[in-house]
Amino acid sequence: MKFLIYRYNPETDQAPWMQALELAEVRPGMMLRDALLELKAQRDETLTFRHSCGEGVCGSDGLNVNGRNVLACITPLKGLREPVTVRPLPRLPVIRDLVVDLSGFYHHYRAVKPYLIAHDPEPEVERLQSPAQRERLDGLYECVLCACCTTACPSFWWNPDKFRGPAALLQAWRFLADSRDQATAQRLDELEGPYRLFRCHTIMSCTDVCPKGLNPTRAIGHIKQLMLTHQV
Amino acid sequence: MTLPRRRFDTLVIGAGGGGLRAALQLAQAEANVAVVSKVFPTRSHTVAAQGGINAALANVLPDNWHWHMYDTIKGSDYLGDQDAIEYMCRAAAHLVIELEHAGVPFSRQADGRIYQRRFGGQSQNFGGEQAARTCAAADRTGHAILHTLYQQNIRARTHFFDEYFAVDLLRDEQGYILGALVLEIETGEPLIIEAKTTLIASGGAGQLFRTNTNAHINTGDGMAMALRAGIPLQDMEFFQFHPTGIAGKGMLISEGVRGEGGYLINRDGERFMERYAPHALDLASRDVVSRAIYTEVKAGRGCGPKYDHVLLKLDHLGEAVIAQRLPAIRDMARTFLHIDPVEQPIPVYPTAHYTMGGIPTDRHGRVVVPAGHGEERIPGLYAVGECACVSVHGANRLGGNSLLDIVVFGRAAGNDIIEYLKENRYHRPLSDDGIAAAMARLTRWEQRGDGESVDGLRRELQQVMEEHCGVFRTQAVLEEGLAKVRQLRARLDHAVLKDHSRIFNTARIEALELENLVELGLATVASALGRNESRGAHSRVDYPQRDDERWLRHSLYFRDGETLDYKPVRMKPLTVESFPPQERVY
Ligand SMILES: Cc1cc2nc3c(=O)[nH]c(=O)nc-3n(C[C@H](O)[C@H](O)[C@H](O)COP(=O)(O)OP(=O)(O)OC[C@H]3O[C@@H](n4cnc5c(N)ncnc54)[C@H](O)[C@@H]3O)c2cc1C
Ligand code: SF4
Ligand code: SF4
Ligand code: FES
Repeated sequence: MKFLIYRYNPETDQAPWMQALELAEVRPGMMLRDALLELKAQRDETLTFRHSCGEGVCGSDGLNVNGRNVLACITPLKGLREPVTVRPLPRLPVIRDLVVDLSGFYHHYRAVKPYLIAHDPEPEVERLQSPAQRERLDGLYECVLCACCTTACPSFWWNPDKFRGPAALLQAWRFLADSRDQATAQRLDELEGPYRLFRCHTIMSCTDVCPKGLNPTRAIGHIKQLMLTHQV
Repeated sequence: MTLPRRRFDTLVIGAGGGGLRAALQLAQAEANVAVVSKVFPTRSHTVAAQGGINAALANVLPDNWHWHMYDTIKGSDYLGDQDAIEYMCRAAAHLVIELEHAGVPFSRQADGRIYQRRFGGQSQNFGGEQAARTCAAADRTGHAILHTLYQQNIRARTHFFDEYFAVDLLRDEQGYILGALVLEIETGEPLIIEAKTTLIASGGAGQLFRTNTNAHINTGDGMAMALRAGIPLQDMEFFQFHPTGIAGKGMLISEGVRGEGGYLINRDGERFMERYAPHALDLASRDVVSRAIYTEVKAGRGCGPKYDHVLLKLDHLGEAVIAQRLPAIRDMARTFLHIDPVEQPIPVYPTAHYTMGGIPTDRHGRVVVPAGHGEERIPGLYAVGECACVSVHGANRLGGNSLLDIVVFGRAAGNDIIEYLKENRYHRPLSDDGIAAAMARLTRWEQRGDGESVDGLRRELQQVMEEHCGVFRTQAVLEEGLAKVRQLRARLDHAVLKDHSRIFNTARIEALELENLVELGLATVASALGRNESRGAHSRVDYPQRDDERWLRHSLYFRDGETLDYKPVRMKPLTVESFPPQERVY
């Protein structure tokens, strides 16, 4: 199988370049991460990328493959068009090869106060939550912070400093939707203004690419709606 | 060469559940904490834990901490320390409630309380009916807990060093641990982090074995750092093989599947656990179920064209239960096997999973070593989580007890550190000598020329460990294994890297990780060779019986001279009667 892989080492390369590599044997069930590991082991040890769990839960290996953001470890080789073009996640500063600088992405995540805020005294036992209330968190808490969505979002490309981006907004909604959280007004206030939330123009690219099947667009819609009802 | 230095009250090495729980305790007490992790915190392997965390909340079936204590001791095959086990089981309910208050999205039952599922080795009334003790957030409990703990640390303003690799501990002549040499992965620059207390929470070493359920980063670095600092490792022969890894691939299929009612069948469609554990069946302890599967396959009753695995059947649970309680398992089966468990059984086989052994500590997380007739602490050093050996898991860990271990002892260590800091207010001077030895580990990999590759050697090590130190062991096979691992260590001295860049050099990180794995491979095989009995996860075909007369004791492996020593099991609990060893049947 033929690959074309984005390479850039700031120590030695003037500019990024594409490296053609070939994988001799594609075994059944092989994932893209397996292929990259073999290419690194057998062809070029300097090929650099992040990865860890190998099963789609740690969110380390978000990459742009044939133009689409994916997690390499759960992307089957079978079905990929050749040459398989592998690039870092779009529009973020590249540290080396496929490794991007995610500090801006993490900054937006931390900025939405992604933790439960409750003011009532803590009961001795668990806070009660009905199965229906708990169900509202499904499709939200599972986010692996892979950045596939945010780096596929045109609004984020144009305003990376000011627009929180789909991943952070999904987490903002995860806490707004939690029956145990008591900081709704504060959370909504902090998302006011033309940029943080309202740069989202419902283009849906985020939802389209999320490798965990989550739906940031819908979460953003819920926040906007809540803002409206909250104001009146 | 003068290296840049940073100073903190406490250095935490590792941002999994253990490290983050300890850091939270410290940050909330306003200690100045640095958490170093080789990956961004939420990418630590706690994220992969599926089934849940044990606590006798009694939300589903009657339960109490004393029954949990009994099950843990029996599960440990009586090698667990009963004071630490009592402490953990008593603390469990409070800590799980605390996690709920912190925001963990536990699954709920109709009355709004936390959902609990049945897990292996759990009983009511000291060995009676099955208990339901495992608190679950669907089958993503580790993800839910790790993200919540990270989020609470953001709130507490803990100082994180993300993508920094800890190379070695720094120790002065009086034996105090004064911090560590770390490497910033992005720039390749070394940094000294000086600390009055250092907590190792670096996780397990599943990468020792070819087929495993662990992440690429689970290379036991902290344990190897302890060995190099002259500290022994305890009970390394006890490595847990989880009965249900995806056959041939290794990804874990949670015990929660059997807890929800799934069961194992062999080639003839027989529910074979009936023969091995007539009472507990598929929810017997992991060591028991793993041996049963291995035995079935050896006897030619395995499934598939090669007869090399068994099947985990859960289609009878129905789509609703599977979608609600086991959504991630279903995803995994679809992604990696192209089957939907709603319709088809999952092929499984025992897979390396959990490091029961580790850095010896007491129940406050303080690292302790033998001294005279007793033990003494290593001043300034703590360890918690999978890298540590308290020992609450003894010879075999119960499912759901590790997530509990990391939060209970993470918190306990945090509290003890706060006390220690009150009495040790000042940084001790750090000499350049200790730093030079640690730096030599880095500079050694600047060597160029021809030599073997790190990747090839790692594969060989994993193969040797699997063949020579697996589910069943014998003296001859272990001896051969030990010789092979020694040879690998010698060959590693001549390995060279092709990548010499300073920027985000993952090849160099993997070389340092392999050095750690080889040390742990030796510790594991040597300890296994030393123990002439079968107990928990350590099954010696040549010594099939448990031998409490001679072997009711912990092993200690020292790197210096590759020697073994032993220490007694703490049989005396804190307040209740001791549980003396009994025959272990499920
Ligand atoms: C697939 C799977 C499922 C599981 N399911 C369950 C379950 O349902 N219930 C249960 O109780 N247990 C379960 N376990 C076990 C449990 O998840 C782990 O034992 C536990 O999470 C370990 O936590 P930890 O904090 O000790 O280590 P980890 O979460 O592994 O964290 C280790 C940390 O150390 C850091 N680190 C390591 N080396 C270095 C270094 N050299 N420099 C800097 N940082 C370093 C890493 O970056 C990471 O942050 C499961 C395990 C696996 C593999
Ligand atoms: S829906 Fe909004 S957040 Fe998602 S890609 Fe479009 S603009 Fe971005
Ligand atoms: S929402 Fe999906 S794509 Fe976005 S960070 Fe989370 S898991 Fe990744
Ligand atoms: S390696 Fe963890 S998500 Fe791919």
